[in-house]
Amino acid sequence: MNTLTQIRFIWKPIVFLACLVPFALAIGDLFGITGSLGANPIEELQDRFGNWGLRFVMITLAVTPLRKITGKVWLLRFRRMLGLFAFFYILIHFLNWFILDQGMLWSAIVEDLVERPYITLGFTALLLLTAMAVTSTSGIRRRMGKRWDKLHYSVYIVGVLGVWHYWWQVKADIKEPLIYAAILAVLLGYRLVRRQQSR
Amino acid sequence: MRTVPETVQYYGSGPGLIKQTPVRSRTVLIRKPADIRPSEITSKDNYLNRRDFMRAGAIAGGAALASPAMAAMVPETPRAIIPGIIKNPFSTDEAPNSYEDVTTYNNYYEFGTGKDDPFRNAQNFEPRPWTITVDGHAEKTGTFDFDDFVKPFDVEERIYRMRCVEAWSMVIPWVGISLADVVKSFKPTSKAKYVAFETLQDKTRMPGQRRRVLAWPYREGMTIEEATNPLAILAVGVYGEVLPNQNGAPIRLVVPWKYGLKGIKGIVKISFVENQPETSWNLSAPHEYGFYANVNPEVSHPRWSQARERRIGAGLFAAKQPTLMFNGYGEQVAHLYKDLDLRRNF
Repeated sequence: MNTLTQIRFIWKPIVFLACLVPFALAIGDLFGITGSLGANPIEELQDRFGNWGLRFVMITLAVTPLRKITGKVWLLRFRRMLGLFAFFYILIHFLNWFILDQGMLWSAIVEDLVERPYITLGFTALLLLTAMAVTSTSGIRRRMGKRWDKLHYSVYIVGVLGVWHYWWQVKADIKEPLIYAAILAVLLGYRLVRRQQSR
Repeated sequence: MRTVPETVQYYGSGPGLIKQTPVRSRTVLIRKPADIRPSEITSKDNYLNRRDFMRAGAIAGGAALASPAMAAMVPETPRAIIPGIIKNPFSTDEAPNSYEDVTTYNNYYEFGTGKDDPFRNAQNFEPRPWTITVDGHAEKTGTFDFDDFVKPFDVEERIYRMRCVEAWSMVIPWVGISLADVVKSFKPTSKAKYVAFETLQDKTRMPGQRRRVLAWPYREGMTIEEATNPLAILAVGVYGEVLPNQNGAPIRLVVPWKYGLKGIKGIVKISFVENQPETSWNLSAPHEYGFYANVNPEVSHPRWSQARERRIGAGLFAAKQPTLMFNGYGEQVAHLYKDLDLRRNF
């Protein structure tokens, strides 16, 4: 088997399943098989899915720097899948809020979207991710040409909005959002430095 | 007709406990009494049935059989049963949350900022020996040992709703002493306009204090009128048992018409002061948390709408329920705020 087939038929399925583990654990905990979601399961699901969404945004943003540092071009083969997992976790983070937390009560949902800035930020990030997810097929990418690149640069904005959303949401302990902010700063800072150097 | 003394029965052993013949066959549990915990024998439903039954008994028996007031005796042993608990008419009929909900989902930043951190990190905390210092504008001040501090007062069961500022709520069967009785016993002078409270500050015993998430020690306060409202209690137990560490052992404040953050835990100091005292969350974010922190569905927190709340334990698909003004305790407390703009004084 050559490297491409290996990636396609062995490594991609493995990574795919690994990316589903947090989701599977959440479902397992929900039914009390693998553990428990605690006294407030809706809040626990909300936090877990949001956290994993943000982690996958960071992992996706790490692909390009890793490729450049290690020179392993095959890393790029995983980028779309990782990005789609970021979208997946943030989508279920949103649906959990929309259906279970707010009970699809439109008045409350609109009020939250308009009056709670951290929710406005998070929702904006979801819209951008949705646009990237639906244009992620190879066919659409070809047809969009340069415009595709422009659209998909918004993943940087998603990273910033995601960390900001988390930061505004915590009451007093900003340790975790601070960690995400630091990671994001490294990932985006690397790109800035590279651009400066290549000029 | 069978009559029952007006005392909450936990079928435990210990001094001061009145023996009561179990009446309904399904509540009869004859095991070795020392092995039985109230939270084991009282499922939520039975707990309520028993309360209904006791209420009926109390009406039938009348005041003649009411048990005499007993000195509060709070054992040291974790989960020990507190003897001689008297029931109280302010208790709600709503189903209490499970013992597990009440003791594993807590905000007590002294033991970590996650909801299950206090349960995990407070297990080895030792709430004795414990002293409470009373100072400021009062005739009687000083430092008191915990046992002496609580001894003069009746221990009562108060089943209260608890509304967190994070838009969730529980129903908790507290055991405590009336804060009004405590305040009056120290004979505050006319200069005592407010009562201020402080939590223990000790980084080694409270690991959460190693990080400056809040300005330690945690502090809270109320007007003297609020502190002498009959609803306010200093809780020393929950579910008929000694207060677990994660819930604020050995003594914490419970003011059910205010957001849970007012319920300061692990109290070591009570001060009678002339000016409005500092409160921890107000210091942390003044535009988000006011001094009063009364439950008010009309004044939203910047991060949470306060119009509705999630009742913990209601299930995954249960809708949030509407939040009530003063958490439904308006009848007892609304008069305290009749001249106050609650939109500004949130």
